[in-house]
Amino acid sequence: MRFKKSIVLITTCLLMLSSNLSAETEKECFEKVSRGVFKFNKGFDKAVLRPLAVLYNKLPEPVKTGTGNFTSNVGTLLTVPNHILQGQWKLAGESSASFFINSTIGILGFGNPAAKMGLKNQQEDVGQTLGAYGVSAGCYFVLPILGPTTIRDTIGMFADTFVDPFAHITLREKELLSVSGSDIDYYSVKGATSINFRADNMTNLDSLEKNSIDMYAALKSLYLQNRAQKISNTFSSEDSDEWNELNK
Amino acid sequence: MKRLINILVFLTLTLTSFNSFSYNSDPKAFINELVNDAIATLSNKNISKIDKNKKIKTIALKNVDVEALGQYTLGNARKNLDQATLEKYKILFEKYFLKSLTSRLKDYSSQKFEVLSAEQKSETYTIVNSKTVKSSSGPEIKIDWRVYTKDPTKPLIRDLIVEGLSLAKTQKEEFASILNSNNNDINVLFTKLEEFIKD
Repeated sequence: MRFKKSIVLITTCLLMLSSNLSAETEKECFEKVSRGVFKFNKGFDKAVLRPLAVLYNKLPEPVKTGTGNFTSNVGTLLTVPNHILQGQWKLAGESSASFFINSTIGILGFGNPAAKMGLKNQQEDVGQTLGAYGVSAGCYFVLPILGPTTIRDTIGMFADTFVDPFAHITLREKELLSVSGSDIDYYSVKGATSINFRADNMTNLDSLEKNSIDMYAALKSLYLQNRAQKISNTFSSEDSDEWNELNK
Repeated sequence: MKRLINILVFLTLTLTSFNSFSYNSDPKAFINELVNDAIATLSNKNISKIDKNKKIKTIALKNVDVEALGQYTLGNARKNLDQATLEKYKILFEKYFLKSLTSRLKDYSSQKFEVLSAEQKSETYTIVNSKTVKSSSGPEIKIDWRVYTKDPTKPLIRDLIVEGLSLAKTQKEEFASILNSNNNDINVLFTKLEEFIKD
């Protein structure tokens, strides 16, 4: 009970801090610390994540595609309630249908027949839902291992474990429709998702590192642009006013 | 024999360079021709690395609005600089951009590329939508091109938007971060750019 109270208190404080910071998404919480954590994460990536991703990329294509489909299908369980919370009924329906079809015809989600039927399955989380409700990102910082985030997205990440049915049956070991699991299942899927993401972005991240004069700032910009795009559900980066100033 | 090969390579390069000056003025066709030309150049095993770089630089300088991109990247900081400093920045940025572009293109040259559609956003710019095809060397990536069309006969690329993420904006925020961390001292940015160019 005391734990629950503390969570509510911390969340309220963080939300208030987040709102006070308005739209200043580029604002840093504690840049020096974040740069230190970023350095540590780069070391972790070099020693653990990248080598695993290199090995993963050597797997046969069907294995990689199957793993990607499986983790994405599990992610749909978090997407559906977030679509509902955002009032996106059509997308919630499409994601639910996608999960049902892929989990059955697609054999536990290793196949993706839903995509061939034209069913969209975009990933949504609580951070995006909060953003859709107008909660500003708050300041930016970097978490060990987990990487770039903002105050809103950290709260969202924590709340994800309450909204996500998969976390409910694994992390909290609750039974849902006669299905249950353990925290090992949860962390295994999260680990596989990270390796799959790292492997997919091998060229992108290597190229970014080679061509950046400040990789920390480049990743921060990419993270914030990506989150803004996911919240608005648009697919283009518009910055017309400043470009128009430069019209000759 | 070696001399003959050199002459042939020189002629090929000269002819293909002329081709690069005359891309289609329709934004969609322009991007298609330009990217395929750049990829063909980088994957051509009969051209030396130096000549490849030269050709990519020629293509870029003719078809990218490097000056506007440089100013955009510098953000509001450009408004507080004198003419001489801006000139120095312009020269350094061009070198930085060309080196970074060549390196990035090399990283992606093994991927197949498709231009999908174009949408005219205003009189001065069009967004061209394209993608790289999913293969063993990488997943499908959506790439949008911001093409400046104030002169309809000579379109110019201003930005690449990869999966919704603007490379120009990323670069701009990188430069801003360096300036912010160093009391807006432009010389620190110049040093960083010089180090990048030298490496």
